[in-house]
Amino acid sequence: MSEEKEKKNEDFEPKIVGFLCNWCSYAGADLAGTSRIQYPPNIRVIRVMCSGSVDSVYVNRALLEGADAVLIGGCHPGDCHYINGNYKARRKMVLLKNILTTLGMEPDRIWLRWISASEGQKFADTVKEIVNETKKLGPNPMKEKWNI
Amino acid sequence: MSANETIGAVAVVGGGIAGVQSALDLADMGFKVYLIEKSPAIGGVMAMLDKTFPTNDCSMCILSPKLVDCARHPNIDIFTLAQVKDIKGEAGNFKVLVDQKARYIDPDVCTACGDCAEVCPIEIPDTFEQGLIMRKAIYKYYPQAIPNAYVIDKEGTSDHKGCIECGLCEKACTAGSIDHSQEDREIALDVGAVILATGSAPFDPKIKKEFGYGKFPNVITSLEFERILSASGPYEGKILRPGDKKHPKKIAWVQCVGSRDRNINQEFCSSMCCMYTTKEAVIAKEHEKDIDATVFYIDVRTFGKDFDRYVERAKREHGIKYERSRISEIYQKECGDLTIRYEDVEGELHEDTFDMVVLSIGLCMTGDRSKMLSDLGLDVNEFGFPLSGTNDPVALVKPGIFMAGSIVEPQAIPESVMQASAAASQAAALLRDSKDTLVEPAPEYPERDVSEEEPRIGVFVCNCGINIGNYVDVSKVVEYADTLDNVEYATDSLYTCSEDTQKSIVDIIKDERLNRIIVAACTPRTHEPLFKKSLSEAGLNPHLLEMANIREHCSWVHTDKDRATEKAKELISMTVAKSRLLEQIPKTTIDIEQSALVVGGGVAGMTTALSLADQGYKTVLVEKEDKLGGKLNKIKFAFEDVDLDKILAEMEKRISEHEDLELRLDSTIKEISGHVGNYNIKLSDDEEIITGAIIVTTGSSEHTPTSYGYGKDPRIVTQLELEEMLSELNEGDIEEGETFVMIQCVESREGDRNYCSRICCMGALKNALKIKDINPRAEVYILYRDMMTYGFFERYYKEARENGVIFMQYDVEKKPEIKIDENITAKVWEPMLQEEIELNADHLVLSTGMNPEEGTFEVAQQLKVPLNQDGFFLEAHVKLRPVDFSTAGVFLAGSCHSPKFINECIYQAQAAAARASTVLAHPKMEAEANVAVVDDDRCSGCKTCISVCPYNAIESLTETIDGVEVTHAEITEGLCQGCGTCVAACPSGAIDQKGFKDNQILAMIKALGTCSRGVINE
Repeated sequence: MSEEKEKKNEDFEPKIVGFLCNWCSYAGADLAGTSRIQYPPNIRVIRVMCSGSVDSVYVNRALLEGADAVLIGGCHPGDCHYINGNYKARRKMVLLKNILTTLGMEPDRIWLRWISASEGQKFADTVKEIVNETKKLGPNPMKEKWNI
Repeated sequence: MSANETIGAVAVVGGGIAGVQSALDLADMGFKVYLIEKSPAIGGVMAMLDKTFPTNDCSMCILSPKLVDCARHPNIDIFTLAQVKDIKGEAGNFKVLVDQKARYIDPDVCTACGDCAEVCPIEIPDTFEQGLIMRKAIYKYYPQAIPNAYVIDKEGTSDHKGCIECGLCEKACTAGSIDHSQEDREIALDVGAVILATGSAPFDPKIKKEFGYGKFPNVITSLEFERILSASGPYEGKILRPGDKKHPKKIAWVQCVGSRDRNINQEFCSSMCCMYTTKEAVIAKEHEKDIDATVFYIDVRTFGKDFDRYVERAKREHGIKYERSRISEIYQKECGDLTIRYEDVEGELHEDTFDMVVLSIGLCMTGDRSKMLSDLGLDVNEFGFPLSGTNDPVALVKPGIFMAGSIVEPQAIPESVMQASAAASQAAALLRDSKDTLVEPAPEYPERDVSEEEPRIGVFVCNCGINIGNYVDVSKVVEYADTLDNVEYATDSLYTCSEDTQKSIVDIIKDERLNRIIVAACTPRTHEPLFKKSLSEAGLNPHLLEMANIREHCSWVHTDKDRATEKAKELISMTVAKSRLLEQIPKTTIDIEQSALVVGGGVAGMTTALSLADQGYKTVLVEKEDKLGGKLNKIKFAFEDVDLDKILAEMEKRISEHEDLELRLDSTIKEISGHVGNYNIKLSDDEEIITGAIIVTTGSSEHTPTSYGYGKDPRIVTQLELEEMLSELNEGDIEEGETFVMIQCVESREGDRNYCSRICCMGALKNALKIKDINPRAEVYILYRDMMTYGFFERYYKEARENGVIFMQYDVEKKPEIKIDENITAKVWEPMLQEEIELNADHLVLSTGMNPEEGTFEVAQQLKVPLNQDGFFLEAHVKLRPVDFSTAGVFLAGSCHSPKFINECIYQAQAAAARASTVLAHPKMEAEANVAVVDDDRCSGCKTCISVCPYNAIESLTETIDGVEVTHAEITEGLCQGCGTCVAACPSGAIDQKGFKDNQILAMIKALGTCSRGVINE
């Protein structure tokens, strides 16, 4: 990586889309709020009822629209409000990562995390981690294409 | 009316959180409620609080929706400025006489614009703000007051005269709501039951001269400090000291002011001061990091759920200092600073100077409240609080009158809320035959069909006091929202959830013919129902609302104002994009099976089952053992003359005889399916039961220790084992000088079990007093960390000390050590003497605390309800929904929630019954709206959705259309829970979830794309 690109990456503020399930992860993000746990303002949350309802199309579209990373947040294994939707999210995740690799994009741009309603700190830590890791990856190559 | 007919109405006296909860529960069950409040608005003390422990939730944020619900509920009539004068008649048929003072303002006409107060020349200390600032003689009680109307104070105070009837306000009031000629009136209400929820009074610390309150301006009460912390308080949330409005850098809190004090007949613990002090110190540090906070205390009473961790965080993360001490005097220096003279645990005297001192005042029963109790002829205890019994803690001696909240005993919000629901349950059982006789059906607002209209979006951005406004530039956000396509109206407000803003939203929707509404405020998880109601009132389908969470997900977690503002804009832009595509979702109802299942036959389970059956609901009680009673079977004796065996026997008898109750012993749950109103339960013997609600009461059990030589020596026992032993002894069976050493908090309040089990200090006291009863010359040592004798339990602590039980405090860093040979020797550090003391013990007794009952985890999995990190069930909200789960139709009670005493289990159980009956009261309930729907034209009949649906809600149908066989999926609405899994799985894109349609989500993503590209191009 050239020095110039490294510099660029440091300045770059990744845009992250988070699909959070209503019952656990969204509530966890709420708890981060009520507990005033600070995290970088890079994530835009889209509330869904269950992580299992996150269509692969949503994730791909987010990346095509220029998101630098996508987070899918669900209940812990066994805790799913809808019995097992989070397992289905996990299965889709494996396939999605394969698709991204085939397309020549870093599979590490998509994240699946189990965050419960009582884990405000974990939500904040997760966002911090994604921001840091995505900074290392650099901007979504799709976005660069738009800027040409 | 014949003699045994009852009146289907209840008078709830007191509009604090307890009264409000009782009113809402009863109104939802189908009873008419008259809510009688002394001040000009409901809300009580909770409305004065800034935040609530242990979650630091904004008090007004969680209370406000309940107050608004009260005001809007068709079954609730609110009487403010009103006091009960007399209650005549008997259970089922009372006449309640109420004195209502004139408001001099018509609350229905008043728009709460405040023009009148602008011109009013009279200033009076603001009672709501604890006299820290002045208000006008014409005033609104507090900004979010319900009813949202002004009031005229004609009386004033002893130093400040009230309204002089100059008439300026009448000229200023363009609405014409002022009427100086209004007179006080007497109202007579016919009701079947009465609930007293009048609370108790904050202690007036002027009596304690040594603290200098009233003399030194910078000595304030904790309630005054709550107002100082509040964004809508006297100093707008800035921490200033009243004397000179300087920022105090060093603040002291003094505990037990007016509590645990023999000299003023207040020898009880006020139960919540340790926690609210911790909260106030934490919030103060959050406001200003460099504040130095010290708490002077006797014991830190962290006996509630998650309290220990909260205090530990306060110490570790916020650096709040706790000084175990006794204060002799506070005196003021010339600059207004205050010097505290105190004695520490080692007996040394110290002096330390602070910029401000906060007195943590307790509660007491005085003034109007005492007078009402004596007027009504109710028996009171030595502290003036009304008497109740162990087996019915919310019932007064007089039948048909119940009580809830801090009138019962000083306590925090969750206990008040539970008692409020419990009292509602008791009243409902009494009046079961007159349910639904005096109420009107819920209002149906005609809905305007907007499906053919172009989107006309209204955006309402909330400042939330300063909660959003301080970190997000709200005016810029509004400006931006106004530029978005289809946005016809954008505005901001101080509190979007307040009643006046709700009203104005309704008007704006009508005036501007808006057909999509966006509220950019807090999380939709708490406030969405409130805003949806406003849409309904305005004639819009409630599902045309979308919320942008710019508080929890933005202003509260980002301090960089520019970036937070940018984020808020984007969130709104995404929401607008979704909003354009929102569709009306017609209301559907589901049938409610009006019966319940209770899991666990301990005292909580038995009480819940009986309460529900008494209200007329068929109830099945399931117990895994071969007999009822749970832990009650292991408790051998209680304090005073409470006969536990008799209580258990009576309950068993009532259960076996009750026509609406069925018992299943030796039974466990094998499988649970279904949803609120229709749960299908398979028991261990494969019996299938269908019920509308489930209440979990699985209990807890004593922890078996591994330390202190337990299990290696028969002389080392747990408190429960000691209790069993003592119950078999008679006078003289314990020898003179026989020594019992009790160690508290064994394997508790540290490490993995970092919680207080609430009951062990009292358990130790109970056994210690029993030992002294058997032989007063036996020796009992209790080695404790903090004595958790909260509330009136303090009297037993006193009794034990008077009976010669010796208490020795130890710190967790210096735990007692034991040596076992022929003797058991306990070594404990004595801070006064500064040396280790050796105690020779004949018996070593370990207080180990409680664990969740075995099988709790499995029940949680079956019901899909959460546990907290200690393995106890996690309720929907610690303060305001203490017996509900987030899952509709499932409730909890008893020590599976957290360890608790029998009387606490009883009222929590009654509360769970009340909450369940708000679901079971009527045969139909509004159904889940966000269900999945299949587009038959696109469905290929591949059945993928059927295999992924967790609720078996989808089936495959084959029809012959024009001679061609077509297979497609069909979703049963009553079964669909709206998870959306089938939507993501459908390969043909034929399924959509209402409210979360593919095109709506994709529009949000696209909107984000537009924004981010915009940022890069800049």
